[in-house]
Amino acid sequence: MELSEIVIQTLNGISYGLLLFLLAAGLSLIFGLMGIINLAHGSYYTLGAYVGLVIIQMTGNFFVGLMGAAVVLALLGIVMERFFFRKLYKRELDQVLLTFGFAYLFMDINKWIWGGVPRSLPKPTFLEGSISILGEAFPIYRFGIIVIGLGIAVLLWLFLEKTRTGVIIRAGVDDKEMVSGLGINIKLYFSGIFALGAFLAAIGGVIGGPIIGAYPGLDFEILVLALAVVVVGGLGTLKGAFWGSLLIGFAETFGKAIFPDFAMFTIYVTMALILIFKPSGLLGKEES
Amino acid sequence: MHRMLTKYPIWGGLLLLALFILPLLLSPYGLSLLTQVLIFGLFAMSLDLLMGYTGLVSFNHATYFGVGAYTVAILAGLGLNNFWLSLVLGISIPVLLALLLGLLVLRSSGPYFLMITLAFGQMIFALAWRWRTITGGDDGLAGIPRPDLGLPMSMWKAQNFYYLVLVFFAFACLILWKFIHSRLGKAIVGVRESETRMQALGHNTWGLKYLSYIVAGGFAGLAGVFYVYFNGFISPQELNWTMSGQVILMVIIGGAGTLFGPVVGAGMIIILQNLISSHTERWPISMGIIFILCVMYLRDGVVGSALKLRKKGRGNL
Amino acid sequence: MKALETKSLTKHFGGLAVLQDISMTVEVGERRAIIGPNGAGKTTFFNTISGVIKPNAGEIFVFGDKVTQLPPFRRARLGLARTFQQNNLFVNLSLLDNINLAMPPNQAKMTPRDFLDNWGWWDKSTIPVKEFSYGEQRQVELLLALAQSPRLLLLDEPTAGMSSVETNKITTMIRNLSREITVLIIEHDMDVVFDFADRITVLNYGRVLFEGAKDEVRSDERVKEVYLGSVD
Repeated sequence: MELSEIVIQTLNGISYGLLLFLLAAGLSLIFGLMGIINLAHGSYYTLGAYVGLVIIQMTGNFFVGLMGAAVVLALLGIVMERFFFRKLYKRELDQVLLTFGFAYLFMDINKWIWGGVPRSLPKPTFLEGSISILGEAFPIYRFGIIVIGLGIAVLLWLFLEKTRTGVIIRAGVDDKEMVSGLGINIKLYFSGIFALGAFLAAIGGVIGGPIIGAYPGLDFEILVLALAVVVVGGLGTLKGAFWGSLLIGFAETFGKAIFPDFAMFTIYVTMALILIFKPSGLLGKEES
Repeated sequence: MHRMLTKYPIWGGLLLLALFILPLLLSPYGLSLLTQVLIFGLFAMSLDLLMGYTGLVSFNHATYFGVGAYTVAILAGLGLNNFWLSLVLGISIPVLLALLLGLLVLRSSGPYFLMITLAFGQMIFALAWRWRTITGGDDGLAGIPRPDLGLPMSMWKAQNFYYLVLVFFAFACLILWKFIHSRLGKAIVGVRESETRMQALGHNTWGLKYLSYIVAGGFAGLAGVFYVYFNGFISPQELNWTMSGQVILMVIIGGAGTLFGPVVGAGMIIILQNLISSHTERWPISMGIIFILCVMYLRDGVVGSALKLRKKGRGNL
Repeated sequence: MKALETKSLTKHFGGLAVLQDISMTVEVGERRAIIGPNGAGKTTFFNTISGVIKPNAGEIFVFGDKVTQLPPFRRARLGLARTFQQNNLFVNLSLLDNINLAMPPNQAKMTPRDFLDNWGWWDKSTIPVKEFSYGEQRQVELLLALAQSPRLLLLDEPTAGMSSVETNKITTMIRNLSREITVLIIEHDMDVVFDFADRITVLNYGRVLFEGAKDEVRSDERVKEVYLGSVD
């Protein structure tokens, strides 16, 4: 590989990794607080992309579409938590099965409304075009993804570290009983974390839309990548989701460049190696 | 409890007798549905061994079903139509895969286990999609002939094929029943109840889970073999998460941990699927809704709830 | 030969040292109580001996066999049995099935039926364990460990959460155990400890604070300070 290609693929890996981070962060936080692996998380991403597309077509503004989709999905997350998951409180396995049922439902609803043809989202005009890096063209839009992704990662970190709500969420991840014992209504936080997870996934769906698009089957393609991230990085920590995302992002982009037909195997090999040598993930907490 | 357990096989025997007589009464369409019920019933029973008895909710059980089916289809493509060869390989290749994947997925437990099974299942799905030269890619493999057993009766005749499936189905029921009620089977249930306690009592729980995983994979492969003979066609969709989800639903709706309950679940889903599909293309939405409702309100399943009610009734007398 | 020997056993969780340099020997047939305030590392010590947790450093010997790296089930096969602080039973299975799982086939000294008969539980053998009261389940917790025909028995607060009448049942059960069985017990009830134990080890912040015959423990000033003082 030439230097220019390495630089380009590194940038691709970072932008792809940050996109995955938007999914993995929500997946990991929902797990941390509620003990559920949300298998409908890829559906949030895909639904977010479709809803974003509709709003962009209506308003002609990418960022209105971005925020619109995120808010719609956050509301959906709240509805799901409030009317379904709460009824199965503390039955984690049943809750996971429930997310699987929802994944089925969303898959077919998407197909029903938007059909089987792949859709692509338009880029915001000021991020069109590309710049030259060591003689190779690199799309400006991908820089946009890196900036937005890093921005959200920083905001999320500040939120969890510096706000009272964030401190309670982190405490809840460590010890739910204790947080409930402090007289805090933990169920309110469950709704909130579902909303946040869906919100972030929808942002991922929309900003990923101009590159990846939206099509049937995307929900589980992207879910599996996000699962790979949390398997590699470790569940329940933002840090694990962040570094896991970058690692899987690199594995995917370099895999594609080196073995075009079997790119996903670089991801599975990474996962298998982690499982063999560190089953709780690189930054996962050791169980006591 | 013991009386109920000893009576259970009697009911099973009566059911088998009914399954033997039914084809004489059914229309060709009904017979085709019943054949599918047996095939998917077998598939669902194999998952119940993991879900209901071992306490491992595997999200990629379709992998073993699909690999069994692909094995037969690929052999047929090579001109190898010997039934016994296809049968042996159609079971042993999924078993080999379970031996291998089991080493990886059983390193984890709880949430990691379900994520990893799902991920590796989608890997096999993607592999079938990409590896066109062997699998035909998304076109799948078509034109798989019905098996030739060297008997004077043709398996192209629906009734004959049904009885072939029934024989293997009954045989599989018997083996699974014996397995679950053997000392090993009881130890496997112990793992479901408390793995840490089983270890403290001197049981190699990893080995027990591994064994269960492999047996379940083998029976899923067997179901896949008959599925591809029945269908004459196989595509990557049979390896996809949607298929794994369908069989999970069959187990839940019938009742996890009841062995024959999932067969009832398979019957209900197949009949519903055919009823709903004849009116609308939106079967997956209906299935999603049924899935959600069952998890929320019918977690013990039809058979599981019935057994519970019976026990309660007896307790009150 | 010692029933149990640990050499410089050390365990960290993250930056927190829960066991530090614990060296201990327990003679065959001895009754040893492990006491200490909450968070002293008592249960972690049991988990390390039974193999649920691997130590960061140090060695463990059970009847002379080095078991430090063995998985829990192999240690159990050497005659090590334990009970759990929180009942850890096969709640959906009958009492008889529970005992069946605890008795190794063919090599057990008696049949599950004889075992349950001996302890006076046979008439309840077909009842699922989840239908027992908490106190009964606590006794079954102990029965399961005894059904293993152990040589070394670790009891983690066997009387936790029980009324005084039920506590008596448990203490009678363990007091009458054969001296062929070596017993380590974690217990907060000092009456039980001083009644039952030959020697006492006091843990504090993951270290052995004191070890000695029970009378020595009673009179030791440091022990009084960290532990007994607050109980009395």
